[in-house]
Amino acid sequence: MSVTVNDLSFSYKERRVLADVSFTARTGELLAVLGPNGVGKSTLFQCILGLLPYTEGEILLDGLDAKKLDIKETARRVAYIPQSHAPAFNFSVFDIILMGTSAQISDVNVPKKRQLELAEQSMERLGITHLKERGYLQISGGERQLVLIARALAQDARILVMDEPTSNLDYGNQLRILSQIKLLAREGYTVVLSTHSPDQAFMFADRVLALQGGRVVRHGRPFEVITDALIKDLYNVEVEIQSLYGGKARMCLPKSVIDT
Amino acid sequence: MRKLSLAGKNAIIILALGIVLVVAVVVSFNLGRYPITPRELGGILLSKVFPIEKFWTDTMATVLFNIRLPRILLACLVGCCLSAAGASYQGIFQNPMASPDILGASAGAAFGAAFAILNYASQTMITVSAFFFSLVTVALVYLVSRKAKGSKVLGLILSGIMVSSLFTAGTSYIKLVADPSDRLPMITYWLIGSLAGATKKDVLFAAVPMAVGLVPLFLLRWRVNVLTFGDDEARTIGINATRIRLIVVICATLVTAASVSVSGMIGWVGLVIPHLTRRLVGNNYRHLMPATMLFGALFLLLIDNVSRNLLTLEIPIGILTAFIGAPFFIYLITREAGSR
Repeated sequence: MSVTVNDLSFSYKERRVLADVSFTARTGELLAVLGPNGVGKSTLFQCILGLLPYTEGEILLDGLDAKKLDIKETARRVAYIPQSHAPAFNFSVFDIILMGTSAQISDVNVPKKRQLELAEQSMERLGITHLKERGYLQISGGERQLVLIARALAQDARILVMDEPTSNLDYGNQLRILSQIKLLAREGYTVVLSTHSPDQAFMFADRVLALQGGRVVRHGRPFEVITDALIKDLYNVEVEIQSLYGGKARMCLPKSVIDT
Repeated sequence: MRKLSLAGKNAIIILALGIVLVVAVVVSFNLGRYPITPRELGGILLSKVFPIEKFWTDTMATVLFNIRLPRILLACLVGCCLSAAGASYQGIFQNPMASPDILGASAGAAFGAAFAILNYASQTMITVSAFFFSLVTVALVYLVSRKAKGSKVLGLILSGIMVSSLFTAGTSYIKLVADPSDRLPMITYWLIGSLAGATKKDVLFAAVPMAVGLVPLFLLRWRVNVLTFGDDEARTIGINATRIRLIVVICATLVTAASVSVSGMIGWVGLVIPHLTRRLVGNNYRHLMPATMLFGALFLLLIDNVSRNLLTLEIPIGILTAFIGAPFFIYLITREAGSR
């Protein structure tokens, strides 16, 4: 399963948000989208998910024109994992995961045995079976994020799109969630996520897509793409990139911290 | 013993509600000036199909078919419709405070019906008019609340109060100009909300739009679950949120209008019953919808029994539901936010 975006442009009324964006995320690849707030990351994701009607460019999901797929066909290919949120009603964890299977049944049906099994499997896969009958509003932010990932797995789509999946989480949960996501990519899921942290991209991403002003400024492997010049360009921060453990890991250090 | 799963527990609760409802219906025949015992009830009903030797009076059969049966059926139907509509509105507007009253559906239906009565319209036209204005108010309230800044729950309630009061003012004006010897009493009595005038014709008349609305609400119940997450998320899960929401709004408003057009304004049922049912079976509409339908029918039947038997002069049911509903509403808005 792959996502290919070719020359995608999008404007809200007069304001151009995306301009000639092109990239491919291949099967088993974790693509991190970097860029400052308001750069069009969310717009890009909404286009991929079929939520926004773009007029210029094309999006191919596994080689198929996304425009020609209906809502259910899209949902069977690409799943969206939102930031952990608080819905209006306190559903049980299992109910929420089961909702992911909705595209597999007709509008007037309730989930069957096959869907129940899928929901059970995705809970086991993420190690949250013990939360099954807990209320979603009673569990922690990190657990909610795992539940939303499990819901996406139950959806049975092979492309996962995540908008800042770690933004509301503490440090430990950020790392745990990203490790899980990385494992999913290794199993053959295609993951496209946005992040504000270049360090996270260094640690977990296979490829990085850097956006500035709605355009792709760099696209490639994290070690090649994320440079002090790029960070300066994206976030207007002076950093020094440190290579650690003989080049196995890299980190950004703000110069303001080093100099004082 | 193996611990029952949530789904298993809920299935038992729904079954129990169904059994209690059947018992309540049978007992209700026994209440009133001409009590009909379960044995007589069985005899009269079965005699329609099988030749059974008559052990009851003709008056009993008349009371049963012309007075008690229509009234019991109507109480169950209206209770079922109002609570199903309330639960549905709550889901699709992602708002636990939504209900036919809060959303103005009732006030709109009342205005439409009063307007139709003023113009000497037929029963059919009263329902059509009630439905039309009901839909207009729900649409208005929803649009206004989306523009409102701040808390979504508050915005919906405030715009509901506002639009409702607009239509209530319209209804007041209609009462002012209505013929006091003929139209005005009809409108006034009808606005209080009562099942006292229930006839066979009323039941048959209201049952059609009610069935047309209730069946989709029941069938689409799993979809309503997903809609509570908002349109974008529902769409990425594979649900055409716009279409499902539209169908559910139309059906919920249709059953509200059908109820209001035969029983007048019976408030609070649509808010109180879904919430009590959420306590019983949780928020999953798969179980919530059938449970709330049964519970609503049971609740209104019990209240109506009180309404017609407590005093020699009948207390209109709309007054009784308000006495129960208003304190419950206060309880809802004061309890801790986390357990919404």
